[in-house]
Amino acid sequence: MDWSWIVVADVLPRLLAGLVVTVQATFAGAAVAYALGLMLAILRRSPSRLVSLTTYWLSEFVRRTPLLVQLYFLFYVLPDLGVYLSPFVAGVIGLGVHFSTYTAEVFRAGIEHVPKGQWEAARSLNYSPTQTWINVILPQSIPPMIPPLANYLVTMFKETPLLAAITVVELFNAANIYSNSTYKYLEPMTLVGLLFLIVTIPTVWATMYLERRYARH
Amino acid sequence: MEVLVEFFPLLLKGATVTIQLTVVSAVIALVISFVVGLARLSRYRVVRVLSVIYLEFFRGTSALVQMFFMFYVLPLFGLTLAPFAAGFLACGMNLGSYGSEVVRGAIKSVGKPQREAALSLNYTTFQLYRHVLIPQAIPMMIPPFGNLLIELMKLTAVASLITISDLTFAAQIVRAQTGLTLEPFLLILVVYFLIASVLVGAVDLLAWRIKTKRKLNVRTGN
Repeated sequence: MDWSWIVVADVLPRLLAGLVVTVQATFAGAAVAYALGLMLAILRRSPSRLVSLTTYWLSEFVRRTPLLVQLYFLFYVLPDLGVYLSPFVAGVIGLGVHFSTYTAEVFRAGIEHVPKGQWEAARSLNYSPTQTWINVILPQSIPPMIPPLANYLVTMFKETPLLAAITVVELFNAANIYSNSTYKYLEPMTLVGLLFLIVTIPTVWATMYLERRYARH
Repeated sequence: MEVLVEFFPLLLKGATVTIQLTVVSAVIALVISFVVGLARLSRYRVVRVLSVIYLEFFRGTSALVQMFFMFYVLPLFGLTLAPFAAGFLACGMNLGSYGSEVVRGAIKSVGKPQREAALSLNYTTFQLYRHVLIPQAIPMMIPPFGNLLIELMKLTAVASLITISDLTFAAQIVRAQTGLTLEPFLLILVVYFLIASVLVGAVDLLAWRIKTKRKLNVRTGN
């Protein structure tokens, strides 16, 4: 099997267009995952056992089931219930909801690692809950959260090929469509792998830098 | 509901395939975790570099792409894998890269005095790892390995895309043949949740047993 540069030239523009969709899905999914994850973390801290336990088991259910099946669920089941989502939106919601259960743990750990004395100090200075969160808790809990949150961004990027299963034409699907119509598998699949590495390796280095920068001492 | 009764044998077979795939790839992932993780700690630069390449390659690309590569591209080089083989190799090799970081991290976290003690007892490198470092590192590896095991089990669903008739594939067949959507997908979500919960329970039990056993040893030692 010989490597053909003609195929490369033919397929590369399609792959780059797919890469744009992949990056969009990653960032949109991450936005959902961060916002929903923070909400889940706060709900888990609720004084009501009913709220915190419900949040816990719902999160565990999402976390212990495959993202692919969740995507199928959003894509096939919701229309039958009268909710119509475009494949891209269904994919972003699926990615976001799945990874919100992971980011929630990051937020929870970050908040819990602020020493109890800090809460007590804020209280003794007569800070309101809002002031306590904004001036005391968040400034201390956010920096250590940055590296793991960035890591999940990379993880989500690598999970986006699953969106191909619900017909989103992202990087992997662009290659797959091309391969299925031309029977050329070597170049498209190899290029997809290379493009993934080209994006993830520098990003992983960047997160390692963030880890050193924000490491807890 | 009646339809699901009719398709019960198919779904049951799918669940069996999912469990088989999980077990076989978990064994492969465990072996790779130790081989690559220990290679990262090698004194030889070549070995270290090779293990980093393995790690970055399998951790840097998507598992689905690796699976498609093994299933569609390797046959072009004369290496044809059955779908099941491509599935467990891709799952095992992918999770093995994450697992190697667990092994490396756990072994590195064993205190320096332990190494020095082994050195002063004139242990060989093999003895150092076999009798000092690895036994102390294993309890630390259990919780992260447990998380990876769940990730691995979830990853097997992706194998349905290379025509392996696992649980997800069975649900797709039910959907295609009956037009039902809610029932098959909700059912398999619950089955996946149950399988994962059994695995979580088993790992917790293992961690607890190691903990109590070690405590016992300390007591008899005193």
